[in-house]
Amino acid sequence: MTELSADVVVVGAGPAGLAAAVAAAEAGAHVILTDEQPAPGGQIWRQPWDAQPPAPSRELWRRAEHRGVRLLPETAVFGVQEARCLRAASPGGAVTIRAGAIVLATGALERMLPFPGWTLPGVFAAGGIQALAKSGLEVAGKRIVVAGSGPLLLAVAAFLKRQGAVVLGIFEQAEAMAVARFAGSLLLHPGKLRQAAALLGELTGIPGHHSAWPVRAEGTGWLERLTVRVGDQEQSFELDFLACSFGLVPVTGLAELLGCRVESGAVVVDRQQRTTVPAVFAAGEATGIGGVDSAVIEGAIAGAAAAGSMDPAPSLDRRRNREQAFARRLALAFRLRPELKALCEADTIVCRCEDVRFGALIRYGDAREARLATRCGMGPCQGRMCGPALNFLRGWPLPRPALPLIPVTARALVTDATDRTASATFFRES
Amino acid sequence: MPEMVRLVVDGLELQVPAGITVAAALLNRRLVARRSVGGEPRAPLCGMGSCFECRATVDGRPHTRTCMVRVRNGLDVRTDD
Amino acid sequence: MLPDVIVVGAGIVGAAVAEALAVAGCRVRVLESAWPGSGSTGAAMGHLLVLDDSEAQWRLTRLSRDLWDARADQWGAALEWESCGTVWVAADGEELELARRRGAWFAERGVASELLDQVALRAAEPNLAAGLAGGLRVPGDSVIYPPAAVRLLLEGAVRHGATIAAGTPVKRAGGGWVELTNGDRLPAGAVIIAAGLATPELLATPVEGLALIPKKGHLAITDRYPGWLRHQLVELSYLKSAHGSAPSSVAFNVQPRATGQILIGSSRQLDTLDPTVEPATLSRMLARAATYLPRLETLTILRTWVGFRPATPDNLPLIGPVPGQPRLWLATGHEGIGVATALGTAALIRASVLGEAPPLDPTPYAVDRVVGWMAHA
Repeated sequence: MTELSADVVVVGAGPAGLAAAVAAAEAGAHVILTDEQPAPGGQIWRQPWDAQPPAPSRELWRRAEHRGVRLLPETAVFGVQEARCLRAASPGGAVTIRAGAIVLATGALERMLPFPGWTLPGVFAAGGIQALAKSGLEVAGKRIVVAGSGPLLLAVAAFLKRQGAVVLGIFEQAEAMAVARFAGSLLLHPGKLRQAAALLGELTGIPGHHSAWPVRAEGTGWLERLTVRVGDQEQSFELDFLACSFGLVPVTGLAELLGCRVESGAVVVDRQQRTTVPAVFAAGEATGIGGVDSAVIEGAIAGAAAAGSMDPAPSLDRRRNREQAFARRLALAFRLRPELKALCEADTIVCRCEDVRFGALIRYGDAREARLATRCGMGPCQGRMCGPALNFLRGWPLPRPALPLIPVTARALVTDATDRTASATFFRES
Repeated sequence: MPEMVRLVVDGLELQVPAGITVAAALLNRRLVARRSVGGEPRAPLCGMGSCFECRATVDGRPHTRTCMVRVRNGLDVRTDD
Repeated sequence: MLPDVIVVGAGIVGAAVAEALAVAGCRVRVLESAWPGSGSTGAAMGHLLVLDDSEAQWRLTRLSRDLWDARADQWGAALEWESCGTVWVAADGEELELARRRGAWFAERGVASELLDQVALRAAEPNLAAGLAGGLRVPGDSVIYPPAAVRLLLEGAVRHGATIAAGTPVKRAGGGWVELTNGDRLPAGAVIIAAGLATPELLATPVEGLALIPKKGHLAITDRYPGWLRHQLVELSYLKSAHGSAPSSVAFNVQPRATGQILIGSSRQLDTLDPTVEPATLSRMLARAATYLPRLETLTILRTWVGFRPATPDNLPLIGPVPGQPRLWLATGHEGIGVATALGTAALIRASVLGEAPPLDPTPYAVDRVVGWMAHA
């Protein structure tokens, strides 16, 4: 049984994780960095299947490699064996990873909201279509609507346009005023402002709408038509793909399994990115949705702290505080409007794994009761899709994470070689 | 032109660019990855291994997330998952 | 004149008792601290089977299985009923002899079973390991989904006028009364406490000697693999493995679910109230299962969880009136077979509350035997 160990184990090789790995390694720690994907960079820096990684990831990764960071790609941490000891599934089988300190850089998931027709093939998460396009999905010439909420929509629309897609429109649920106020606040962040201006330049010619959201997707076997509501009006489109998600949700399962406190859906950390559990740090979206700049700063602080450095460098500390103010404005500007709760009809499927419809759930007051009764959230995605949706629709807490954090083989859960040996000799002895 | 590899989907041979994922290869041919518990056609949603909508039987392994698997010559994909 | 009844606890036992008394014509009120099935039932496997650990256990499981079978046609689909039967798997010749004796014992009592030799066992369950000696197939056993059973029983009770108060914790109870945590005091002609492990602490006047032992259990469930497993499988050395005096043990017990999923057990731990899944125990449990089903190791596990079985020192439930406390009954301590024995338990309680002839001799389950447990404690 493979067992690895390192001074610092960083879980997740997105911006926060890469920055943490670099900082820890540059402070002299032996670092292991794990990620579920084949290459570092996370979702935001995901490399196209036929190209080199974009610059930020490449630079951080170059520094990490230079300092001897050991990357474990296609490796999913699914459990906690004991304090500071993780279990992960990798192509070669399960591995046990012992750590002096752990940095959680587990990132975020997109929040999907169910509406009639959202289960049709051709409906994707906004970041989902981007990830798939970078994995070989052909989007050139495809008619695509981008909808939902958050700055991600703009980035995805610009990406799709660059890839030759016909972006029919961007439909943002937030009010124009709220978004305008948020845009105004970017004056405080010159870097972000430049990026936003460049993005908007790229999006010239694509109709953009606020207070707008999808109400119905239709098609026979595949998505063919989409109806969106813009203010009081409905518009319909013939289209190939819909890219739709309603903001990001921190991924906190591993933090919870380790016993870290999670509040309002985010891992609680202090100025050194320490969680409430000794020797466990967290950085990036897992500690609250703040974007890539924030993630890199938090990762650098967490990595240095995990490697034993004392207080964060004052410059990093100041920058993080500024980023956190940005994150609060972001959350406020793009908070979900209550009208979205009415999108989901009684016969709309909420749990895609078990095909549980909204009408089957509404009679239950308790989330766990509903899950046991209907099997909602008990399929392979373990509630990753329906959990955040029901958190918004019903106010239900997210499913409590348990071993295994992602589905793994039974073999991976046999952690002690002597268990297998003891069982193997059982027939002979008895 | 990228190098092409041969993928077998439900017995049908497809020539697809080397390096893309099985999920992308299926989508490009408008092939659904799976049928849901209630019989609906389903295709990938999240593209990053979280939604499990892209599951198919890959080289005999049921419930494999096709967005996490790159195409290989002769890879056998069954969409009856 | 039928008494008004309060049932405390809406697990599988409370739900069955509520239904039986409501159908009998009593006005029934069910008080549940959280929500129906939220305790041991929600974590349970859900086998309907006959067991022969003791004559008393045999009678109760046999009666209950017959009562469940009578509902199979009407409720089968809603309960996700699988008429899969049980195969008690014999690892060696000694265990096969045990299987043969058990089969003969079943036959004397009119329950069908079939002795499987090595070849027949593999034919019945191709994923079992080579080299197992055989087994005993009990075709009349089944598995169901316990939360669905709770729901159907309570719906039946409600159709007969019962009311279910979820989110209504009881502070304490005595003969003919119940006090809620909000201070309300509710009178009743009959109070039946079916609150599992919480039962002793609810009694206003303690029953001397009453002790329930929490036995923690782990379970794991796979993704869907239709046809992979055909029967409920239990190792014949189950008693040796699971019921021994060791504080922690595992035993092989798997069930095919209607979804095509495979539910994998089991573990037993005596000295813990830790409500979390323990990787080390799970590891031993799965390794044990893989000894019998080697290819099980390749199947994907979706979820694992734990529950606590309310056990008694003599491995029999407590079903009946509380001595010296008129209008108070207990229905608890069913350990790991609460689902299997719920309907028999309800029939016994109904007979006792209404003064009818009992369906079987209630003596082995009587509450007065707890006096003898003093020495145990």
